[in-house]
Amino acid sequence: MIEKNNLKAWLYLLPALLFMIVFMVYPIVDVFVYSMEEGYNFVSQRSSGLGLYNFSYVLHDTYFLQAVKNTFIMVIITVPISTGFALLIALALNSIQKLRELFQTIYFLPYVTNTLAVGLVFMVLFKKTAYSDGLVNLLITFFGGESVDFIDGPYWAKMFVMCFYIIWIVLPFKVLLLTSALASVNKMYYNAAKVDGTGSFRVFTKITLPMISPTVFYLVITGFIGAFKEYSDAVALFGTDLNAAGMNTIVGYVYDMLYGDSGGYPSFASAAAIILFVIVLTITCINLLVSKKHVYYS
Amino acid sequence: MKVVLDGLTKIFPPRIGKGKGVTAVKDFTFVIPDGTLVALLGPSGCGKSTMLNMICGLEKPTEGKIFFGNDDVTDLPSELRGVGMVFQNYALYPHMTVYNNIIFPLGNLKGEEKLTKEQMKEKADKVASLVQIEELMARKPGELSGGQQQRVAIARALVKTPRLLLMDEPLSNLDARLRLQTREEIRRIQRETGVTTIFVTHDQEEAMSISDVIVVMKDGELHQCGKPQEVYDDPSNLFVAKFLGTPAINIFEGRVEKEKLMIGDDTVLDVQGARDGAVIVGIRPEGFIYDKDGGLKCALDRVEVMGRDISIVSKNPACEAPVVRSIIDSDERPADDVTTVSFKLRPNKVHLFEPETGARIRFGKGRRIDG
Ligand SMILES: Nc1ncnc2c1ncn2[C@@H]1O[C@H](COP(=O)(O)OP(=O)(O)OP(=O)(O)O)[C@@H](O)[C@H]1O
Ligand SMILES: [Mg+2]
Repeated sequence: MIEKNNLKAWLYLLPALLFMIVFMVYPIVDVFVYSMEEGYNFVSQRSSGLGLYNFSYVLHDTYFLQAVKNTFIMVIITVPISTGFALLIALALNSIQKLRELFQTIYFLPYVTNTLAVGLVFMVLFKKTAYSDGLVNLLITFFGGESVDFIDGPYWAKMFVMCFYIIWIVLPFKVLLLTSALASVNKMYYNAAKVDGTGSFRVFTKITLPMISPTVFYLVITGFIGAFKEYSDAVALFGTDLNAAGMNTIVGYVYDMLYGDSGGYPSFASAAAIILFVIVLTITCINLLVSKKHVYYS
Repeated sequence: MKVVLDGLTKIFPPRIGKGKGVTAVKDFTFVIPDGTLVALLGPSGCGKSTMLNMICGLEKPTEGKIFFGNDDVTDLPSELRGVGMVFQNYALYPHMTVYNNIIFPLGNLKGEEKLTKEQMKEKADKVASLVQIEELMARKPGELSGGQQQRVAIARALVKTPRLLLMDEPLSNLDARLRLQTREEIRRIQRETGVTTIFVTHDQEEAMSISDVIVVMKDGELHQCGKPQEVYDDPSNLFVAKFLGTPAINIFEGRVEKEKLMIGDDTVLDVQGARDGAVIVGIRPEGFIYDKDGGLKCALDRVEVMGRDISIVSKNPACEAPVVRSIIDSDERPADDVTTVSFKLRPNKVHLFEPETGARIRFGKGRRIDG
């Protein structure tokens, strides 16, 4: 009986499995193979043998190293800040009664707005040309500062805009999830804590945070993964030649290797993709290990 | 600590528009003496939880005042009232161990009162042994039975030595056996600690068995308060009489004619001092005396054995319920071929009420106190 059921289960799973194999497993294996093929020629579709040369090349490529550095800076800055900020906003939203829905909608707007459109707005805000300053620069000069070109200027300024932009883009989704997580915490715990004379900070750290920890954890993990795969936002701000702008990301590097000006190197692209995969896997595993201790599932 | 409730009223505002709102508690005045266990008794939705929430500060009364001892605490925030509360569904923090749940209130103490880890452990161990959960300290609430959770909730409420302990239907989730056992325990813990306790329940048996004083409320209003036995023996109105006692009091339509109580065509009792007219008659199950000369005649339905006593279940057209339940000694069991049973009545187990208002009509030698 159980075996028969098992058979049925597999049968039901078959379509999904087939799709998975064709569109996920096969390409992943393929990428592995590409990354090991040395001297692969795009035109003749031949390679001179298997080995680790592609990895060595990529790891010594200054563009790749720059891309890795950029990506890590973005990840380290944007994930904690956006999550923390989203939590603050969600807490504020949760504590107001009037106009809550209105505010929720406003906060959610960036999420449904096109990335490129938002990028355009950021350009207007931060750009500085020979003739005009962007809004931000107008503000800076108004307060007596020196205007900076955030789009074509120094590295830190570009990185600032980049991180600002990423945080801005991911915030709404996080706020949305966290508000609903906060709203789902049973009020009786807060009442119990209140009767026992618990201060609001202790309530937050000892009750609220553990109760919403699965959502926070989910946001951190997807945040890490999303930030490591950062690419389109960089394009939206700095154009397609990210290497020239010094703002390339790992995914950007992969793309460039495939289709960019220096394109036509699927082996290097695959090697870079595999390296990204390993990085993301490692970080996710660390996250999972940490979460075992700190995340409470009811 | 003595607790005084003075004209307490709670009206929940209507959700939309300008309707009237819900009056959950109405002009409630009551004094709870120091060190007593008071049972707040009433049917579901009569405002018991609202009452407790006002006392512990989670709800603000619309009108009226609350005093703890001589201090007016009406506007004191919940955090500063020093009340221990056992919630209707325990509200144990599910992500913390039992131990951490119990010491949680201690972690809120500040300044002078701040405790070291060892002091906390000492206190936690003390209350844990009081409620007998020492061996459960490392578990999470989800891994406990309902009764164990309830004891943890009591321990958490007691650990900070509250001035007042409030319990909101703490036994409602337990099975009959555990309920009996835990209510004894609550009584014992209350005696040992001497903390003034308010215990909410809608189970009259529970209320009568453990409390020093019971307060019967309905629709937010206080109907009667007093020692359990007094309230049972001397209900002030029809609601209280019906609400207390298992099996419930038997209610008949009757009338008084020339100081004689009539049920149907039967003359059942002398009621000196009662005015002529229609009345509602309440007879406690133990108020029947099985006697073939008795005035009240009923058609026998069946006899139920309850051990030492038996319960005669019979029918009478004047009775409000389908059957009349009387409890008599098992020696007096009617013979098998009997079809009609007759009862004499014990006057102190028979209560008369006004048909319209439900107010008590008192009778007795030369005494006449109408509603
Ligand atoms: N927040 C609220 N807003 C509006 N009405 C409320 C609110 N809380 C309670 N009520 C109403 O007040 C009345 C009393 O409620 P309460 O919870 O005090 O009843 P209870 O006696 O504790 O009942 P139970 O035995 O079922 O717990 C009910 O009619 C209820 O609908
Ligand atoms: Mg209640």
